Amino acid sequence: MKFMLTALLANALMMTAAPAQDALHRFEVVGDAIPSSLTGAPGDPARGRAIVLKRENTCLLCHSGPFPDERFQGDLSPSLAGAGARWSEGQLRLRLVDASRLNPATIMPSYYRVDGLTRVAPAWRGKPILTAEQIEDVVAYLATLRE
Amino acid sequence: MTSGWASLRRLAPAVFVLAATAIVTASAEIPLNERRSGYADLGRETKAMQDDDTANPGMLAVLDGEALWSAKAGSAGRSCADCHGDARTSMKGVAARYPAFDAKAGRPVNIEQRINLCRDERQQAKPFAYESRDMLALSAFVGLQSRGQPIAPPDDARLQPFRDAGRDTYNRRQGQLNLACGHCHDDNRGQRLAGIVIPQAHPTGYPLYRLEWQSVGSLQRRLRNCLIGMRAEHYAYGAPEYVELETYLMWRARGMPMETPAVRP
Ligand code: HEC
Ligand code: HEC
Ligand code: HEC
Repeated sequence: MKFMLTALLANALMMTAAPAQDALHRFEVVGDAIPSSLTGAPGDPARGRAIVLKRENTCLLCHSGPFPDERFQGDLSPSLAGAGARWSEGQLRLRLVDASRLNPATIMPSYYRVDGLTRVAPAWRGKPILTAEQIEDVVAYLATLRE
Repeated sequence: MTSGWASLRRLAPAVFVLAATAIVTASAEIPLNERRSGYADLGRETKAMQDDDTANPGMLAVLDGEALWSAKAGSAGRSCADCHGDARTSMKGVAARYPAFDAKAGRPVNIEQRINLCRDERQQAKPFAYESRDMLALSAFVGLQSRGQPIAPPDDARLQPFRDAGRDTYNRRQGQLNLACGHCHDDNRGQRLAGIVIPQAHPTGYPLYRLEWQSVGSLQRRLRNCLIGMRAEHYAYGAPEYVELETYLMWRARGMPMETPAVRP
């Protein structure tokens, strides 16, 4: 019973559009996408590319992409090449914000979520991995990856 | 260049403390005949370094440990050798059996803790600090006496709850990246994480010399590195959670040969 309640609670948390934390901008999930920009403004693709390439932002732990000069790329997941042709900006935005809503078993971290996590190290607690501005920059960049 | 995936750190102020529901995900355990030591993924040069005792930096710790073995210590004024004699016979296969259940503590102790029990109770000397030079040296020396021996967790029912707790920790998502150990070491073993081959996390070689550390370190230091990479809170050295993880990892690697002191990138 206790377990069920916890599960329901967790579910309820997943369903509400806006996370409880004030630190995060509100957003609305429609189907498999977040159609509107988290910040209300479009992102910058050049900044987005730099964010994806920067090791501490972790994308290249798992992904490879169209980065011929980058030696350290991962192969735990699909290449980012062509992501902009496969997905709309809204779909890419939800994928980054909280990939676990698309696939609860995914290993891809939720980049814009602070709840439902366990034993987060103090330095990272209560902070999303990327800011809303960074999410928008990455979305804008991924959208340019047409092939 | 740094080779460790876990050296991805950034300091940021803590803002919130959040209550969280723990979710245990079940990764499929690796079939016994598909297990491979981290050694198998080493480059040729690193393999050669581990294989050649005159090139293996871990052997320096072993030599220090050998000296400590016969040095009298503590108010009892006795050396390990005074009671245990020649380590080549008395310590053969011992490290391959740890963590083992300690009746007094009512829980498993790892080999470092077992050595410290003798420091404390038999030598009446100050226990060695975790990761101290002396602790690593003696555990490397004791560990060497099991090199080539199969990992043999004791068939002791009292260990079971601790092994299970270790398995749960291993399969629990944690940290800001929300990953479980098994996501990498079971589900994605052999894949490349930022270019680094993900090993199966077998504790065959500890304490070992890690090129990234440029020093010898314990299994718990390695586990701490992975937790930091996951952006999870790490435990204090010697914490029950680490010993439980070790108990599970040794069971998971049962039958695999010990390599102490191994070399890893
Ligand atoms: C721990 C591994 C991991 C990390 C880190 C990671 N991803 Fe992913 N990503 C995945 C996996 C696995 C998938 C495949 C779908 C799934 O399982 O959810 C995926 C899918 C995707 C997709 C859809 C791919 C396609 O075209 O089908 C995009 C886009 C993406 N990730 C972008 C990113 C970006 C950008 C980052 C960094 C901000 C990132 N990922 C970090 C594991 C990861
Ligand atoms: C005064 C005698 C004495 C001294 C000195 C001593 N030990 Fe022990 N040690 C014992 C006895 C007796 C046992 C087994 C009984 C017990 O305590 O459970 C033991 C057990 C051990 C074990 C576990 C063996 C097993 O089969 O599980 C290890 C490892 C060990 N000692 C290492 C050391 C080291 C390293 C030193 C030096 C730092 C040391 N001991 C010093 C008496 C001693
Ligand atoms: C994101 C993937 C990932 C996660 C999650 C992870 N590790 Fe690791 N682990 C690695 C990689 C990659 C290495 C190889 C060393 C390196 O270069 O960093 C490694 C190395 C190890 C080793 C050393 C193996 C050897 O041959 O000596 C052990 C043991 C280990 N990890 C255990 C764990 C445990 C226990 C956890 C959970 C607390 C964990 N890891 C979580 C990726 C991961």
